[in-house]
Amino acid sequence: MEKYDAIVIGAGHNGLTNAAYLAKSGLKVLVVEKNDYIGGAAVSRELYTDWKYSNCSYVCSLLRPEIMRDLQLPRHGLQVVPYGGGVTFMQNGDYYGNHADHERQYREVARHSKRDANAYERYEADVMKQTRLIRPFLMRTPPDPTSLKPKDLKELALLASSFASMGEEGLADTMRFWTMSIGDFLDEYFESDVIKAHLAGSGIIGTALGVYSPGTAYVLLHHYMGDVDGSVGAWGFARGGMGAVSNSLASSFQSFGGTIQRNAEVDQIIVKNGKTSGVALSNGDEIYSDIVVSNLDPKRTFLKIMDEKDLPTDVVRKAKNFKIRGSSGKLNIALDGLPTFNGLPKGSPLCLGEKHFSDSLTRMERAYDDWKNETWSKDPYVDMLIPTQLDPTMAPPGKHMMSVFVQYAPPKIDGREWREEDRDGFAKSVIDQIANYSPDFKDLILHCEVRTPKEIESEVGLTEGNIFMGELTFDQLLFNRPFPGYAQYRGPVKGMYMCGSGTHPGGGVMAAPGANAAREILYDLKRSNTVPEGYADD
Amino acid sequence: MKLTPHDETMMLKTPFHSRCEAACEINMWEDWKGYTSAQAYTEVEKEYFAVRNATGVFDISPMMKYRITGPEAGEYLNRLVTRDMRKINVGRVAYAIWCDDDGKVMDDGTVFRLGENDYRLCAYARCLDWLMWTADGFDVDITDETADVAALAVQGPTSCTIFRNMGFEGLENLKPFGMTTFPFKESTVMISRTGFTGDLGYEIWIKPDLAESLWDALFEAGKLYGIQPIGGYALDMLRTEAGFLQAGVDFVPAEEAVRIGRSRSPFELGLGWLVSFDKPIFNGRRALLREKNNGSEYAFVYLDVDGNKPAEHAFIYTDSKASKEVGTVTTAAWCPTAKSNVAFAQVDAKYGKLGQELVAEIYYERELKWTRVMAKCTVVKGPVFDPPRKRQTPAPAF
Amino acid sequence: MIDTTKQYDTIIIGGGHNGLTCAFYLAKAGKKVLVLEASEQVGGGCSTNVFHDQFSVSSCAQWLYQLNPKVASDLKLNSHGLEIAAKDLATIALSEDGDHLTINGDVLSGAGVSDEDCAAYKKFNTQFKKFAKFLSSAFDRRPPKLVENNWRDRITALKLGLGMKLMGKADMQDLMRLALINIYDVMEENFDNTLLKAAISLDAVLGTHMGPRSPNTVYSYLYKKTGEIFGYNGPSLPKGGMGSITKAIAKSAQSVGVEIMTGKRVQNINLDLDKVTGITLEDGEIISSEIVVSNADPRTTHYDLIGKKNLETGTVRRVRGVRMQGNAAKLHLALDSLPSFKGLTNEEMGQRLVIAPTMKYIEDAFNACKYGDFSEKPALDISIPSIHDSSLAPDGKHVMSVIVQYAPCKLNSGWDIAKNDFKEIIIDRIRDFAPDIRDKILHSELLTPADLENRHLNYGGHWHHGEISLDQILMMRPFPGSSQYKTVIDGVFLCGAGSHPGGGVMGLAGHNAAKEIIRSSK
Repeated sequence: MEKYDAIVIGAGHNGLTNAAYLAKSGLKVLVVEKNDYIGGAAVSRELYTDWKYSNCSYVCSLLRPEIMRDLQLPRHGLQVVPYGGGVTFMQNGDYYGNHADHERQYREVARHSKRDANAYERYEADVMKQTRLIRPFLMRTPPDPTSLKPKDLKELALLASSFASMGEEGLADTMRFWTMSIGDFLDEYFESDVIKAHLAGSGIIGTALGVYSPGTAYVLLHHYMGDVDGSVGAWGFARGGMGAVSNSLASSFQSFGGTIQRNAEVDQIIVKNGKTSGVALSNGDEIYSDIVVSNLDPKRTFLKIMDEKDLPTDVVRKAKNFKIRGSSGKLNIALDGLPTFNGLPKGSPLCLGEKHFSDSLTRMERAYDDWKNETWSKDPYVDMLIPTQLDPTMAPPGKHMMSVFVQYAPPKIDGREWREEDRDGFAKSVIDQIANYSPDFKDLILHCEVRTPKEIESEVGLTEGNIFMGELTFDQLLFNRPFPGYAQYRGPVKGMYMCGSGTHPGGGVMAAPGANAAREILYDLKRSNTVPEGYADD
Repeated sequence: MKLTPHDETMMLKTPFHSRCEAACEINMWEDWKGYTSAQAYTEVEKEYFAVRNATGVFDISPMMKYRITGPEAGEYLNRLVTRDMRKINVGRVAYAIWCDDDGKVMDDGTVFRLGENDYRLCAYARCLDWLMWTADGFDVDITDETADVAALAVQGPTSCTIFRNMGFEGLENLKPFGMTTFPFKESTVMISRTGFTGDLGYEIWIKPDLAESLWDALFEAGKLYGIQPIGGYALDMLRTEAGFLQAGVDFVPAEEAVRIGRSRSPFELGLGWLVSFDKPIFNGRRALLREKNNGSEYAFVYLDVDGNKPAEHAFIYTDSKASKEVGTVTTAAWCPTAKSNVAFAQVDAKYGKLGQELVAEIYYERELKWTRVMAKCTVVKGPVFDPPRKRQTPAPAF
Repeated sequence: MIDTTKQYDTIIIGGGHNGLTCAFYLAKAGKKVLVLEASEQVGGGCSTNVFHDQFSVSSCAQWLYQLNPKVASDLKLNSHGLEIAAKDLATIALSEDGDHLTINGDVLSGAGVSDEDCAAYKKFNTQFKKFAKFLSSAFDRRPPKLVENNWRDRITALKLGLGMKLMGKADMQDLMRLALINIYDVMEENFDNTLLKAAISLDAVLGTHMGPRSPNTVYSYLYKKTGEIFGYNGPSLPKGGMGSITKAIAKSAQSVGVEIMTGKRVQNINLDLDKVTGITLEDGEIISSEIVVSNADPRTTHYDLIGKKNLETGTVRRVRGVRMQGNAAKLHLALDSLPSFKGLTNEEMGQRLVIAPTMKYIEDAFNACKYGDFSEKPALDISIPSIHDSSLAPDGKHVMSVIVQYAPCKLNSGWDIAKNDFKEIIIDRIRDFAPDIRDKILHSELLTPADLENRHLNYGGHWHHGEISLDQILMMRPFPGSSQYKTVIDGVFLCGAGSHPGGGVMGLAGHNAAKEIIRSSK
């Protein structure tokens, strides 16, 4: 069998990004993918003729512009179209909308509370302060605070000086922000339930925590720290669905001479004499390489495709304790036409954005209580989008594709696996939730794909179906991601690396983990760096 | 007809909109706090000179107006703003600024004492959230009455005469920062001798449903006295000449500042005269007292700039070799009446003394060719335009 | 009557254990200190009250487990009358089937606990004690400022950094993760035994507005664990109830010249602009002083005593942000004789008994109070102190003291209406384990968080004057900008549980505040 310079396991966006940078440096790189399609959780699959499903991830903001530009993704077919808007529908027939225009946004908030309309500006300024603090670290390797190496001390000093630049009270505010709940944080600014509920969604998406669980304020930040064309916090659609991201990365990778092998599931990372020497596929083939990079989540990496005897005991323990919780599900619904929504004129620009149906923090918290009780939320929090309003490529003309992200769906129901009737019950609670606010919605449904954590895990390979490859709480961020001591993309075995969203800075189709990991691998190989530096915020 | 939420959030129109729209011959509009507001009606120069030479009318209805009432309204305001509000009697108006706890300016505005326990606060920026936070513990009611009061600024040397033509006899005796009421139609109007132009001028306040008839009566009375509507562009020239700061342009309102060190104290904005330490506790007192004792970091200066090129966005240096950058210009304009090239700048405190000579790096473009000028400038006492008629009481006829 | 001819240089508002401790250190440093206590007796949340004829009970805090040994020895509490009736009690997690789990120091027994769990518990305990020790190294000093720091703060920060390094890489890495997560996950990671997991989780959430699944609960557990560093290997009972501790502290303070006045409720702190001049009592009497120290919680201190009008808006807003929702109620029962608990001997009944069968049980109990309701099945922490201390009840009779979790301070349906229902629910819950309890009850008293708020004048009825949670510790306690005991008003200081390091009958907040006051008046 051929020998490669590096093998990347998993053709997700981070695996491909990592592979692209290694290939760009002149290495001979192979990406192995278990499915017959690439992309992992960033895919557009044509499950029905002329219908493209962004099965998993569905919007794009965090994808680092440095990488998009450097790997020439637009030239390889990626086009990101920003969208504005966003609505939270209320039980009383009214709604709260999110207008891109500052003044219109003010008037909309003022309809619910004049005071909140004004407080919104303070809120935005305060969140921006936190966002600006974290953004410079997205494209950097986190320092190891237990290490005395000059490289770590330098990075640690940079981290410390960034925090110190916030000032004494600012620093305390930052520490509070990172450890408090999104509910408590919003309570400090707003009085209106619906405004709090609208904003709180970002604090729980993809997370097995409720709006009043400490740590969720940071999760909000994770959804705010991206940008589309320099507009921080903005979100966009990838034209053609999220598969366009993976396809352009694959194309870029191949332009550097890289190879992708599909239908190649890795059974085991081969370790010999404390060093990786390649991978063994489930069909029995072995492929050799001194460098093996895993794009899988930490649990799968260390507990499934590595042998316990090859690993230090602390890694096994840490991988077992790693928190990667299934908390969300997804419905992809093909529609015969554009549904109408209570209170909104058809074609309102607000409809271009996310639609939510939880109008109070209490309802959101109760949805979380269901998750704690190991069942799907009976009054689910929904993050719903209809990308076909902007993207003509995903459905036949006049038809629409609806992407419905749902919190909460537990990894197991009452301690047992999901069954078909559970899946139906879950889907029903979501469809009913939407239908409560859209009278013609049910009649427009042509076909519907239901994704509980079980399906996400079995198809994409995300443990428990966790979209971020691990909870985004402070205990699993920066030098704690995936776990302390292993946050610099290097595995415990020489030649073995991690590049998935389970590493810093985490999930959300950012591609930064893949790029950061590549930088560290090239450093170890004493090759010159091909990974761009992050853009500075001013 | 009940408006749908969708309609409610559409662009708003001031109560004078029908008249403004008819007068706006060149169709230049901007969004001012969500209201359709004219940038210019005919030509900017003409509008500017209307104010300096006759009378210009500016629709200030979009200004934020907060009504503050209740037994502790006075005490409340005194805690909010930095100047001593106990000295402001009923019927008087005060220019005031308010700070956060760190003594950084949040905004400026005018406070009208309408009655013993009845005040109106007019501000450029929205501040209801801060007003409400500050009200915690005080027996006051605060309401946003922006949409309930229509207002015009009527400014210029003939403004008093025009009002007297409307039958508002005795207005000439109103002192600067005074206010009074007159009957109008079946209701009343309130007139205050206030404004943002540095000239003789008034602001007139009325219920929205009488706005159009007020406009008509005003323009009828002013027909022979050169009355003209003016837009935002002309007003900006006027306020620059008159030396008035604008929030968001000349300083960042403290709570909106994201970057540390970007907000400024009253002392750093040349507004130290608005700070009184001889009054009960107010927001920013401790920090300002400390700053007063320890010195400020920055100074706000009026610069008289050599030549006739406005020093917009210019860097300020100590010398023409640009060896040390000491600040930047926030507002700059050629002032047609004062015949002066004026700039407002933020500089390091030690370069803020009167008579300090500095250099502004000015870029200007002529037919796509950019030229750089290192213009000498001097810190001067402002404002450059300060006519006696601004203060004269009784107000002169022309 | 207060002798107004006397001049005090320091007035302390509130004779709780921290106020009195602070008074002691100040007087020892030569200050003339007056302590004003609103109730008829000192003690605040650390008191003994008669709740029924000849029956007394520790009316808020019921266990002694965290009193700092340095404070205890500085104040010579033993020679001022503090006697311990029972020390280092075991915790018995009750099971409805009578097969209970006993946690005695490092040793587990009963409830079919496996050898693996026993070993794991020892290991867990060793590691967590190590963490607690590290944590407590920052307890007896002011929390450092990190940006505008001076040498004193830098030393603290350095000490913490060094302590972290000394723990060793593996423990340091564990702490970085564990301190931020929830107790539920830690329990699942370490143990199998349901009762064990629940009993430890209960320790992590007692007195807080958190459930086992709430992140930050490992921190609150570690906080509690610092008691073991201070020499307590289990809960203890002072003779005469918790009030004996404050009485001893008061005596000690008086011995160095502190004057203590009870029944004197302070109406407000008097100011001349932003400088303190003294206080005014409820009856209108004015006492002047250059320094006023408040043992009240930060909200009461700022809003009621200083007054919102005398604060700047930013401070008013900061104070509003301090989370202090008390969720623990207290049930007191006067018993005709000892009840019989299924599977417990009389001696075992004298230990700490907890009713929290599973972690989910506690979490479900917490869910209710998130929405303003009390738990239909509350978690209980039970003490029968009269077994060890005959002074609390007449011969042969007993008192039972129960911490009940969870009950909101503001109940949706209003406590006036629902209080009795809640009391019956709790007693029924106890009856599931002690079938004859109802026959023994001579008298019962339920103190809801609202009652505790009224009685102790602590906002929200919160034990700790502010949630012990990562966003409210160190330089964030009680709120950013006021973390070093000094308030924004010149001469007004905080010395209560709302300040670093927090609540629990520890005495360190008072100790640290005194050091700061002495330092600032030099």
